[in-house]
Amino acid sequence: MLNGRQHVGVSVTIATSLEDACAALTAEPGSLVLAGGTDLMVEVNRGSRRIGNVVALNRIPELAGWHLIGDELRLGAGVTFAEICDPEIAALVPALAQAARTVGSPQIRNAATIGGNIATASPAGDSIPVLAALDAVLELRSAEASREVPVTEFITGVKATCLMPGELIEAVRVPVLDGPQEFCKVGPRNAMVISVASLALLVDRSARRIRVGLGSVAPTPLRATQAEDHVSGHLDWDNGVPPRLEVVREFAELVASSASPIDDHRGSAAYRRHAVRILAQRSLTRVLNRVSPS
Amino acid sequence: MTDLAISKRTAAPRIGEDTPRPDGVPKVAGTFAFSSDLHHDRMLWGGTLRSPHPSARIRSVDISAAVAVTGVHAVLTHEDVPGSLVYGLEHRDQPVLAPDVVRYEGEPVAIVAADSPEAVRMAVDAIAVDYEPLDPLVDPDLAERADPIHPDGNLVRRINLIHGDQDVRGEVQVEGTYEVGMQDQAFLGPESGMAVPAEDGGIDLYVATQWLHSDRDQVADCLGLDPALVRLTLSGVGGAFGAREDLSLHVHLCMLALHTRRPVKMVYSREESFHGHVHRHPARMWFRHHADRDGSIVRVESRLVLDGGAYASSSGAVIANAACFAAGPYRVPSAHIDGAVVRTNNPPCGAMRGFGAVQTCFAHEAQMDRLADALGMDPVELRLHNALAPGDELLTGQTITGTAPVAEVIRTCADHPSGASMAVDPMELPGGAGRTADPEHVVRGEAFAVGFKNILFSEGFDDFSEASCHLADGVATITSACAEVGQGFVTLAQQITREVLGVDDVVLLPASTVGIGSAGSTSASRQTWMSGGAIQEACGQVRVQLLERLAVKHGVDADDLVVADGRVVSMAGGLEIDLVEATAEPIEASVVFRHAPTLPLDENGQGDAHVSFAFSAHRAIVDVDVELGLVKVVELTTSQDVGRVLNPLQTVGQLEGGAAQGVGLAVMEEVLVQGGRIRNASFTDYLVPTALDMPPVEIAALIEEAEPGAPFGAKGIGEPPSISSTAAVAAAIRNATGLDLPRVPVRPTDIVFPEGAA
Repeated sequence: MLNGRQHVGVSVTIATSLEDACAALTAEPGSLVLAGGTDLMVEVNRGSRRIGNVVALNRIPELAGWHLIGDELRLGAGVTFAEICDPEIAALVPALAQAARTVGSPQIRNAATIGGNIATASPAGDSIPVLAALDAVLELRSAEASREVPVTEFITGVKATCLMPGELIEAVRVPVLDGPQEFCKVGPRNAMVISVASLALLVDRSARRIRVGLGSVAPTPLRATQAEDHVSGHLDWDNGVPPRLEVVREFAELVASSASPIDDHRGSAAYRRHAVRILAQRSLTRVLNRVSPS
Repeated sequence: MTDLAISKRTAAPRIGEDTPRPDGVPKVAGTFAFSSDLHHDRMLWGGTLRSPHPSARIRSVDISAAVAVTGVHAVLTHEDVPGSLVYGLEHRDQPVLAPDVVRYEGEPVAIVAADSPEAVRMAVDAIAVDYEPLDPLVDPDLAERADPIHPDGNLVRRINLIHGDQDVRGEVQVEGTYEVGMQDQAFLGPESGMAVPAEDGGIDLYVATQWLHSDRDQVADCLGLDPALVRLTLSGVGGAFGAREDLSLHVHLCMLALHTRRPVKMVYSREESFHGHVHRHPARMWFRHHADRDGSIVRVESRLVLDGGAYASSSGAVIANAACFAAGPYRVPSAHIDGAVVRTNNPPCGAMRGFGAVQTCFAHEAQMDRLADALGMDPVELRLHNALAPGDELLTGQTITGTAPVAEVIRTCADHPSGASMAVDPMELPGGAGRTADPEHVVRGEAFAVGFKNILFSEGFDDFSEASCHLADGVATITSACAEVGQGFVTLAQQITREVLGVDDVVLLPASTVGIGSAGSTSASRQTWMSGGAIQEACGQVRVQLLERLAVKHGVDADDLVVADGRVVSMAGGLEIDLVEATAEPIEASVVFRHAPTLPLDENGQGDAHVSFAFSAHRAIVDVDVELGLVKVVELTTSQDVGRVLNPLQTVGQLEGGAAQGVGLAVMEEVLVQGGRIRNASFTDYLVPTALDMPPVEIAALIEEAEPGAPFGAKGIGEPPSISSTAAVAAAIRNATGLDLPRVPVRPTDIVFPEGAA
């Protein structure tokens, strides 16, 4: 006779050090990694992810906190979006703080972590376009080794990453740039909404470059490189004379054409492409009078 | 003793005084026990297997693997339904568990009870159903011509309303086609409850609902039990708005509990909840208005098609409302309204706040703006010119005998000064936290809308509420089965009792089907009038008995005695008796309260079908980012016909909450259904307004004209705020953009690509 299906118990490891967490992940490589739980628990509650063994990361001191090292900001993977909204961090990476403010509700921002947002690798992840524009580097760690991977290589597809079994994100490093930054996100509600299209535009005065990252318009993190080249070359970096309107328009066009959006129940491809064009235009206009060295 | 009584008097609010809800702080603090918090030490968990198809034949159901899952105590199908196989509010046409066919995605097919939610989930997954998927009927316009998807046919009800001289034509005519998407009530507390089998072979069901006795009768039918053996007690309700008027898990829970002889608890997940209750009917509406050059409406023609989904629910009453109030609160001497509600394989639709009047208000108010435009008249002036007043006839031929302060509602709202300034912070502009707009990207629009509907049940329904009052030792105990679903009845019941009996201490017993008859449904804005009226009358009878007893005892005239502030006092002086003392021997009264009878509609939709009407107006100011199609509602101003304000605090709450649902329908709330399947069954994707979407609600005026027959002259106030608000917001977006926008919710693409490019 067929045995009844068993509801087998699961183990939950509440790690209190990186070493513990890595050891637990090595022992049970299929374990679910739980940080803020704001994505994971939604899937579990919906029944679309059956819960197995869990390694909880939220009590690991090494993952908490942030440090300024030279002109680089190192954010522990456990830093929450509420913490990123803090004026101290906002002064260093304004666009990341603006993006953090668009994440969910205050309750979600108190729990959700930057590491979790990256590991979830949703095309609509709010921090992703900013991290892409910043050329963020992820520090990955396992029991045996550690390695560094740029965020644009880390995310390999929709909700797919190059994270190996037993590996976790320890920290994110981003440069502190000289110049204004903008993050804009479109959704059909004025707060607490999944991004339909988003855009991060950062001014890098020392490199004389405009950096643009796009969200929700491609399966993986997207830089609008052509648009960046075009506009960076047309800006008057020395005197700050605003470019011709046409340059702004061409820039926006190039941003829109770099997108490869899809139709879904949240928005049409045409609307998403249209939206990033408008966001490109507006965010460039916002930063333009702040481009020249003060 | 005396001092204590005095100090309590000042703390116990009566009619017309702010009365905070006893459940307010606990709900905010997270300590309120909702029906999903029910617990029993011996309880099992229940779950439901639902159809993945909007339309399919069931070839077979194999439960053997599910029964074998460890910890499973019961797996039941339609074969295990002990009594009536079908249930329903108006027509019993909905299977308890689908037998041979499923008619909508999410229709229950089998139920499970097990030791843990996880075991329930495994067992539900293990049930093997062999479906033969069929082409679903999803277009309501095709329903009447299509093969019947149900033995009762695809037309649930048609109202062919013909009023006045049909040959009348207006010099000015405006025509339009409008559409309303499917709104969800979006209550926060999902369907949940617990059934406990009783020694006597009966069942005790604890559940969040709107109408205990109607539930009881349907449950008893399906269980094949005497209704006296089915006892329902109201559990903590986390919102209702119409979505709890139909049965959901009630019969399932009882079947599982009776089968296992164990208490069984069930809580729907959020996704399941979207499939587990009825929604607001999507509507397709065509209108032609005829008017004279001076702006007098002479005729309205309309065709309405409401999508009822797979089962009837309250669709018949919804289409009656949609048709009866199709032209709005205006004098219309001639009308032809052809309204149909049809059956499809879309999610079932039924009751939701506003009940048919929301859909037509959106259309008739758009028509009024069009008409004003065609006449070159101010839109508010046009509305005032045609405003209904007492003595006027409705489309049904019924003369308004009660209050109808339509002109006052319009005038006070339109004249109220606006406090809206222009925002600078992107957070306050369209796009909100997304920081997408700067002030130069924004256009402002303003518009006005008026709406109305019936309150209380209509069309000859025997509408009543039973209540009893027991007064002993100065404490009044009230029994009523009225379901408190957030509307504020618990405060009103106490306020009314204090007002009539002059007592401070009022105990309102838990609402249940035991020991008291039906209070009717908490819907149709009816409980303040009906159960409020029942309590007023019961307390009144107790008061009469009390005074007669004291009159005899003290040899005075009963007419000379008054009850006030915890005492019975003789007006002539000389007699003052403490109520506690006077009621050492208890006094009791029970009443069944009925409103004035109504009549059915005749074959032309004519008849005195309604009791009373409530009117409201909204003025909306919106900012629109036309390039991105994003909207920020900046201000809502409202006036409402309320009869009398009984609890000012709760009145404000109702006006704000109703407007929030109206704003939601105007700009974001829609159950997206494609091919019969819901695509956004979650609060991630079914969006309701947040604090950044909901503007302040300015109350310009609460028009207090006492309504004859209503307790204290008070009309129900719950529904009107959600009727005219949607129409006003949509019109304001039209005003800002110059677009037609014939559909709500208005989506970003409706503004960005008005030609329908994408």
